[in-house]
Amino acid sequence: MNRLKGLLDSNGNNEDGSGNRIVITVIGPDRVGIIAAVSNILAENGVNILDISQTIMQEFFVMILVADMEKASVDLVSLKDLLHEKGKELQVRIDAQHEDVFNYMHRI
Amino acid sequence: MLTTEEILETIKMVQEENLDIRTITMGISLRDCSDADHRLACQKIYDKVTHRAEKLVQTGDEIAREYGLPIVNKRISVTPIALIAEASKQEDYLEYARVLDRAAEEVGVNFIGGFSALVHKGFTVGDRVLIESIPEALSATERVCASVNVATSRVGINMDAINLCSRVIKKTAELTKAADSVGCAKIVIFANVPEDNPFMAGAFHGIGEPDCVINTGVSGPGVVKSAIKRAGDADLGDLSETVKKIAFKITRMGELVGRTAARRLGVPFGIVDLSLAPTPAVGDSVAEIIEEMGLERCGAPGSTAALALLNDAVKKGGAMASSYVGGLSGAFIPVSEDAGMITSVTDGALSLEKLEAMTAVCSVGLDMVAVPGATSAETIAAIIADETAIGVFNHKTTAVRIIPAAGKRVGDQVEFGGLLGKAPVMAVNNFKADKFVQRGGRIPAPIHSLRN
Repeated sequence: MNRLKGLLDSNGNNEDGSGNRIVITVIGPDRVGIIAAVSNILAENGVNILDISQTIMQEFFVMILVADMEKASVDLVSLKDLLHEKGKELQVRIDAQHEDVFNYMHRI
Repeated sequence: MLTTEEILETIKMVQEENLDIRTITMGISLRDCSDADHRLACQKIYDKVTHRAEKLVQTGDEIAREYGLPIVNKRISVTPIALIAEASKQEDYLEYARVLDRAAEEVGVNFIGGFSALVHKGFTVGDRVLIESIPEALSATERVCASVNVATSRVGINMDAINLCSRVIKKTAELTKAADSVGCAKIVIFANVPEDNPFMAGAFHGIGEPDCVINTGVSGPGVVKSAIKRAGDADLGDLSETVKKIAFKITRMGELVGRTAARRLGVPFGIVDLSLAPTPAVGDSVAEIIEEMGLERCGAPGSTAALALLNDAVKKGGAMASSYVGGLSGAFIPVSEDAGMITSVTDGALSLEKLEAMTAVCSVGLDMVAVPGATSAETIAAIIADETAIGVFNHKTTAVRIIPAAGKRVGDQVEFGGLLGKAPVMAVNNFKADKFVQRGGRIPAPIHSLRN
């Protein structure tokens, strides 16, 4: 099992939504420069990367990146737009979601 | 700590299996809007709804983007208008319907529910005026939804109300004939109506509710179907376990979105409706879940048992995922809004009678069923009485949303578009029940012991 650091566990979940951690996923054909492109956008906007994991699934490149938006200069919705644009350019699908979605679904 | 697999599972559920939050519905009490002068009452209603729901759509859209979860509908339910309008002594409540429509348009919601009356034991003057206003109200507005509760397990079945409602349904069908009688898609006749239902067309804000509240309804038939497919040849006990686990995950999303929306809007969080709500999109169908379980078509012998298993497992899994469960909670089997149900009717696998049997073990009832326009008001009343009896005598909610499509016959099709979908006109048993329904009066409440 490939466990990702940085996500809150079930005890540390944030009911009040104060958590600033997000999960960024990149899915698509593997090619040079995907990690560089994504981490560039994050660095430019003050988003701190906590953990990166990547794997190949059914010939697709899958990267999951956990990041902290505590000191970010943009909000999540704007960041999503930036990542989405870059994804189109690289012909991969890039999503960013608040980590609560995953904690709520998979942790009791 | 989450695993890569878990993260990808969530993403797959949204991107490939149509997981979504079907609705966040804001319930708004209008009890402080009643006035002897109907113009004043309408102004108060407009002001309150547009003020309370000012940020509903915007907040819903923000949450959808941040969580990467589609929120399909943002809607409003209000106190049953019969209770609010009665003080104004109007001869019809058309102005009230119009003001609700305008308020809904102003805040950008596609439906507003609560043009409603609760008449399970009898009518007040306002109840009668409201019900008789339904045909004009629904043909003159776009977003307003009407509902009438005609029975409860506690007091029995009001046959006079059912007779009145069936005439109202027929008239609404005629008035909206040009749009395939779409008005009837916005009238629900209930037994044991819940007061916190977030789903249209039957939503209203009950009298035991707070001033303002957020309720959510989840969806995800495609997710359940995929889980059953992955379960392969599992026996029925294991299948139930599979559904429970996936229902937990689906419902958690409703809980998260509901709580977040309530917090941001500064109103209390009400309930999550543990529902499997289909849409006309392929792969988003409750009928396809039943077929995946091993039935050739939904409606085949075995359908009631399969649906019972599904419905119960959804509730068991969902109940643990949410702190407050309410609304209609269960699998919906509307005909026009479910591609698999439509196919089953077209192929002759699903009759009105089998559908009625299936409603005994799942949520709601005869929902979005089109029947020939020539079906008499008495026969419609008898169909409603049957469905109501299932609810009253089994202590559950049942409802009828039937469309006697004006000018259409068996084999024709009605087309509503959007989430309301399209429906083949189904055959109705031609033998009459006129004498029975015309007796009127009330069927007494069932005895609560000696149960068999």
